[in-house]
Amino acid sequence: MQKNKIKGYARSIRKFWEQYKESKLGIIGLFTLLFFILVSTFPEVLAPYPVGVLQGDRKNLLQPPSSKYLLGTDELGRDILSILIHGGRISLLIGLFATLIIAFIGTFIGVSAGYFGGKTEELLMRLTDVFLVIPGLPLMIVMASLLGANFFNMILVIGITGWTGTARVLRAQVLSLKEMPFIESTRAIGASDARIIVWHILPNVLPLIVAQAVLRIGGSILSAATLSFLGLGDSTKISWGMTLSYAFGIGSIFNDYYWYIIPPGVCITLIVLSFTFIGYALDGIVNPRIRER
Amino acid sequence: MSSDEIAVRVRNLKKWFPVRTGILEDLISRKKRYVKAVDGISFDIKKRQIYGLAGESGCGKTTTGRVILRLLEPTSGKVQLGDLDVFSLTKRELKFYRRRAQIIFQDPYQSLNPKMNIFDFISEPLKVHNLGNEEEQVIDVLNKVELVPPEEFFYRFPHELSGGQRQRVAIARAIIMNPEFIVADEPVSMLDVSIRSSILKLMFKLRDEMDISYLYITHDLATTRQVCDKIAIMYLGKFVEEAKTEELLSNPLHPYSQALISAVPIPDPTARKSKITITGEIPNPIDLPPGCSFSSRCPYAKEICRKEEPNLVEVGNNHRVACHLRL
Amino acid sequence: MVLLDVQNLRTYFNTRAGKVKAVDDVSFQLEKGDALGLAGESGCGKTTTALTIMRLLPFNAEVLSGRVLLNDVDLITIDDKGLREEIRMKQMSMVFQGAMNALNPVFRVGEQIKQGILIHEDITKEAAWERVRELFDLVGINPDRAREYPHEFSGGMKQRVIIAMALSCNPNLVIADEPVTALDVIVQAQILELIRNLRENLGLSMIMITHDLSVIADTCNKTAIMYAGKIVEMADSIAIFKQPEHPYTQGLIANFPSIIGEKKKFIPIFGSPPNLISPPNGCRFHPRCPYVKEVCRKEEPEVVEVERGHFVACHLMK
Repeated sequence: MQKNKIKGYARSIRKFWEQYKESKLGIIGLFTLLFFILVSTFPEVLAPYPVGVLQGDRKNLLQPPSSKYLLGTDELGRDILSILIHGGRISLLIGLFATLIIAFIGTFIGVSAGYFGGKTEELLMRLTDVFLVIPGLPLMIVMASLLGANFFNMILVIGITGWTGTARVLRAQVLSLKEMPFIESTRAIGASDARIIVWHILPNVLPLIVAQAVLRIGGSILSAATLSFLGLGDSTKISWGMTLSYAFGIGSIFNDYYWYIIPPGVCITLIVLSFTFIGYALDGIVNPRIRER
Repeated sequence: MSSDEIAVRVRNLKKWFPVRTGILEDLISRKKRYVKAVDGISFDIKKRQIYGLAGESGCGKTTTGRVILRLLEPTSGKVQLGDLDVFSLTKRELKFYRRRAQIIFQDPYQSLNPKMNIFDFISEPLKVHNLGNEEEQVIDVLNKVELVPPEEFFYRFPHELSGGQRQRVAIARAIIMNPEFIVADEPVSMLDVSIRSSILKLMFKLRDEMDISYLYITHDLATTRQVCDKIAIMYLGKFVEEAKTEELLSNPLHPYSQALISAVPIPDPTARKSKITITGEIPNPIDLPPGCSFSSRCPYAKEICRKEEPNLVEVGNNHRVACHLRL
Repeated sequence: MVLLDVQNLRTYFNTRAGKVKAVDDVSFQLEKGDALGLAGESGCGKTTTALTIMRLLPFNAEVLSGRVLLNDVDLITIDDKGLREEIRMKQMSMVFQGAMNALNPVFRVGEQIKQGILIHEDITKEAAWERVRELFDLVGINPDRAREYPHEFSGGMKQRVIIAMALSCNPNLVIADEPVTALDVIVQAQILELIRNLRENLGLSMIMITHDLSVIADTCNKTAIMYAGKIVEMADSIAIFKQPEHPYTQGLIANFPSIIGEKKKFIPIFGSPPNLISPPNGCRFHPRCPYVKEVCRKEEPEVVEVERGHFVACHLMK
């Protein structure tokens, strides 16, 4: 019996993959992401040179790309390629954890507002409006300055400012889901609100939550990079944003240190794009489409 | 087929929905306006009887079904299921009521949770009420609704089933707690014609095997002939006529019933064509004028019809009509 | 006189799961003045047939073969320009299912009809508006209401507006896909009576697509029954309803409830409609047929004219 249950789920997963495969962008995004994840998991192994602050090659400061240093060196003589390889990890981790916070808060608020309606909905939606109205970046800057710039605070700040879109989208879907006969049927058998939310509402909004989350990871990474660039990031850890910040700080633009300032930006762009493509592919599957009869 | 014992007693059922016009208007005007979806209906459903509630959209039939099950709270009135006074049940007693009265919906494509497998969906009532031994009971009901072999269906998902199969799953869920009363809201109107008969036949079978009474809600009068023992026709929240099915369809007394029946097309090119005997459209249910709610469209309307509301009165042979002119 | 001649039409859909043979070798003729009811259950191909005739198929559909001759012009091969300027609205128009939602909510209804007329006919704006008023009269709406917006009309009234629009350029043929399904019984009767009157007064030819046999019996003098992409039986409506020959037709008629007359018994048709990607071999109905024989499982039945004008595709007819 259990075997058939697993078979049942396996069928659903296979069906999902069949659909996902169709999106070229989705596949590109997926492989790009997998590449970055792989590189970021084993930076020490993959990076050709050490990246400690004192481990730079003092004889080769700010050198353009060569056969020895494929992307050149920074102002401390460190290999930029190695720095980038190390820098991915922070971006991914911040993106992931901040998005978890966003998904959690957004789901809680969106589902509660949509399901319970009435005064609860009014209250929660006004709260969402407040957060929507305040411009995101300035708020993040203020919060980061107040709390102090470190890894955990960054996650907190990005998470707390980023949930509004998710909340709104979820509320909309719960509102339409609420009207479906199977929800009424579940009330008719005597189920409690908790049961309905956990077993009937959440499983049906989960695809939307995941699609939203994937899209938000890209945004979170961008926000993290922005904060780092502005100097509000964790200076003890290497990240692409910080690298950009240093590159900018020593005047790469005016002095044409193109190997220093362009690559981090490219990396950020690529990873954000990969999440966007994946999100796009997921959206194509998840969005209410013509029912299969 | 039905016994003489009464399963469900409905007395003076009313469900009024307040009309929200806007904060300003609500503050200014003192009189509250309502959509009187169900406006004082009384009837009995006998044990093992299939009682049909027919009418056009907006007549209140769907709302009636919901209110009897207390999926909507009533405005006033009384409903009795056996010894239970449905509207005065406490929360705990209400949960127990849910075991005895169930509902089947119109749309088999939206009546099932797309993310839940069939086993979980059908056994959920057992989980909610702690009625244990799920596997055995699920196999039992799947057999009853003719989805065999039952184990094959356990871990399938709704999108893997046809419309007819989904409706059977919905029925299985409704009967797993052995209810005595089921509200069937247009259970076959979204199914193909060739599937309808088998579902209706199933409903009969379950009625015989499990002693279930049905409230069969529909807009399709032709089907009521095959399914219902007794029917009532509703218009703007009120009963206009009630009788045994054959009696009402062959001898309709209320002008609205007559209009409805003559408007139904016949699947026979040599028979009469569908005829219209009344004009206009269903009026706005808010702020209805006094008197009989049908008077604005009735070809026989007299003075009294526009002043006094007619009562639903028995005219013999268990045939009730609400019309001044039929008495 | 033959107005529409459909010959060996084949329309397939390309889907992820395979080719759906929605319309598979469909042929029929429509005489001028006839109303043909195309009946069948969901998935039988009736709507796809109509969309093929009107060249309104979705992007993943493919017309593999066949001809659709309207007054000797092949609608399948005619170029887009010819279709737009000569055929659509002027010779043939369509009333869709749920057509009440086909009205643009931000334009007055009369305007919408007037625009359609002006595109196809070389007349002045005033003359076009005059015609709009005449059309409203024809379909039973107060002509002054042509200045109103769609939301001011009820469902039944909107359907009348759509019918007026379909008639605005005096077409010879109107194809109606489930024109009354979404309407209440009494409004439905009003529209059916309107359709009957229009046919009588204008000599309109019509194809009515529906799953509702009673609506066909009410309005159409000829009926064709479709199953799994094929026409299984076609004849005068009286013959179909009184002397159905094909087992599927017999099953449908036997199961269709009637509000008067003999009370039908439940004789369900065993099984369910087939998968159109890989339909059954031989006769597509054979898995469900109570009279199935060996030949039915192997060979597709040919169309036999069992009586004048009464065509059946069934091996048992020999």
